[in-house]
Amino acid sequence: MWQYLARRFVYMIFTIWIISLVSFAVIQLPPGDYVTSMISQMYASGGQNMPPEYIAQLREQYGLDQPLHLQYFKWIRKIVLHGEFGYSFIYREDSREMIFARLPVTFAISAFSMLFIWIMAIPIGVFSAAHQYSIGDYVFTFIGFIGLAVPSFLMALILMFISYKYFDRAMIGLFSVEYADAPWSIEKFIDMLKHLWIPVIIIGTGGTAGMIRTMRANLLDELNRPYVDTARAKGVSENRLLWKYPVRHALNPFVSTIGWVLPGLVGGEVIVSVVLNLPTSGPVIFDSLMKQDMYMAAGFILMVSTLTVIGTFISDLLLVWLDPRIRLT
Amino acid sequence: MNVTVSQDSIDQVLEPDGITIPPDVLDTENLKIDVATQWQLMWWKFRRHRLANISAVIVLFYYFVAIFAEFFAPYQSTDYIAEYVYSPPQPIHFFDDGTFKPHVKGLTFTRDERSFKKIWSVDDSQVIPIRFFAKGSEYKIGLHWTKIPLIKELYVTVDRHLIGPVDKDQPMYLMGADKSGRDIFSRMIHSSRISLSVGLFGVALSMILGIVLGGLSGLLGGGVDTIIQRLIEIMMSIPMLPIMLAIAAVVPPNWTALRVYFIITIILAFTSWTGLARVVRGKFLSLREEDFILAARLDGTGRFRLIFSHMLPSFYSHIIASLTLALPGMILGETALSFLGVGLRPPVVSWGVMLQETQKVAVLALYPWLLWPAVAVIIVVLAFNFLGDGLRDAADPY
Repeated sequence: MWQYLARRFVYMIFTIWIISLVSFAVIQLPPGDYVTSMISQMYASGGQNMPPEYIAQLREQYGLDQPLHLQYFKWIRKIVLHGEFGYSFIYREDSREMIFARLPVTFAISAFSMLFIWIMAIPIGVFSAAHQYSIGDYVFTFIGFIGLAVPSFLMALILMFISYKYFDRAMIGLFSVEYADAPWSIEKFIDMLKHLWIPVIIIGTGGTAGMIRTMRANLLDELNRPYVDTARAKGVSENRLLWKYPVRHALNPFVSTIGWVLPGLVGGEVIVSVVLNLPTSGPVIFDSLMKQDMYMAAGFILMVSTLTVIGTFISDLLLVWLDPRIRLT
Repeated sequence: MNVTVSQDSIDQVLEPDGITIPPDVLDTENLKIDVATQWQLMWWKFRRHRLANISAVIVLFYYFVAIFAEFFAPYQSTDYIAEYVYSPPQPIHFFDDGTFKPHVKGLTFTRDERSFKKIWSVDDSQVIPIRFFAKGSEYKIGLHWTKIPLIKELYVTVDRHLIGPVDKDQPMYLMGADKSGRDIFSRMIHSSRISLSVGLFGVALSMILGIVLGGLSGLLGGGVDTIIQRLIEIMMSIPMLPIMLAIAAVVPPNWTALRVYFIITIILAFTSWTGLARVVRGKFLSLREEDFILAARLDGTGRFRLIFSHMLPSFYSHIIASLTLALPGMILGETALSFLGVGLRPPVVSWGVMLQETQKVAVLALYPWLLWPAVAVIIVVLAFNFLGDGLRDAADPY
């Protein structure tokens, strides 16, 4: 057990390290470097040409004259030791402030979406399996497929259009006006919950379809097992027969799906938030990429991915704990 | 199917020797199954999946329209009538005063009191007759796009379109017009060429990556397998969208449309090969233990031949099914990237590029017909999903 844990943990650290390399590569992607964009920004805002010595001094100050691996090392060391993600020249402060302000909301939405998927998919999947090839099964399957086919950003658009057209208000934002800039409080949190359901439904719908199908297939497999026949022969009622063992068995793979659903949810959250203009990571990531505020972008990508990987790790542990049949190889 | 076949063989066993079976007792259907090839069995199984059949027709229709987009679209993608900015859809009417005469109604405008912008509406008093094979702008059909000397001369110039106004100077906006007075319906048809081919190329690329890496992983095993599996797991646990955004966002603005098209395809393929690689690896692992592979190996078959003429053919069908299921993801990915403005760029038209205009909810509320490309996306993605589902079921016909 502990050996398994340790190995998974090492894998996770390794993955996070790869993620940090990818995120660092993001900083290097645009032509020129941070100082070049700073110069052009100063130039655009009416500044004079900077003397070359000053530019060289700036490069030295930010360590941009050093080889790449040293730059990477400096960048990652600052993050790990000081929690500093690099200066954001849009917000004129360290990217940390923005990242820590927005990231929790992103993960709150993703977690709620996960919950939504389960709440929707488990009963529907059980129903579909128990009433295989019934009208209800077909209807749910069809609705599920539509959920799969309508990309989340389109659903966001359509819902926004409907609310704007018929309810006369745009469903933009996550807080009512009076709480938007207020510090966090219980009232603000409750206010957020009131607005949260819209993005949660939009992001969750896509995943629900896949989950319904997984649940249905798992449960159908279970229902064909001999123990179900035995129970039926003993006269166990159909309902009890269904819920007592087969459903519990069929639920196990659900936990392991967190691993592959979570990255999709986080990705979906990013794009839906851009459309709905929610105060989460999405718009900041998008904006910083557009304006080449690369430290901010890299910081977000690093943190979002790292937290996703940690989430997957936890789901793996949960699975082992839930399903003793999984022996740790 | 299994049950019926075995029932049939039981009957044969039970039949005493020397007694001829009357022909009407013979179950010809089951005999057919006994001698059918694998592909025939798959085809029969696929034919039973009604929804998948319909979807196959829809998908083929989409690609057919995409290939002959210039003919099916009443206008070229860049044709515009500057005057008819955001004109509403003009539905087709079939009867005029009781006589059969397909037509659309004309357009009329009022001035917005504040902004003095023209606001178009359908004017029932004007009749614009429409017809099949109407004359419109000229286009080429043939091999002119190949750019190869001589071959590129093989084309004909045509000016007929499937449907259009009888008088080509009159407006016919079946699904309304966009901000420059371009026909949404026509642009949607032209877009299908880009949007659908991005999916095809992307899937082809990810197929190559998936088969090579998945195959290596499954065949060689050991260290190579571990490394590739680790790589796949890492890629699957990272939210790809921000990284796709990051790569797409730094594509230099002066790149040609073609280069942007290819980089987007590569990005899409790069982020989606993992699923296929897993399928291929699993197949190779299980096939390695099969008797017929062992037999071939003992026969002295070379590794290359073993892979390509013994192993791969036995799971072509699975690959095809997996690819079909991967295609809608590609189409949606391109649409999402282009919608956000980091994918394909005008003058290239794709469904995502067209949807860019709907980003502002105020625009969308005034001109909801801008959402039409979304309908095209949803239908084709649904069709691909059903088709892939049917293919996956049919891929294992036993």
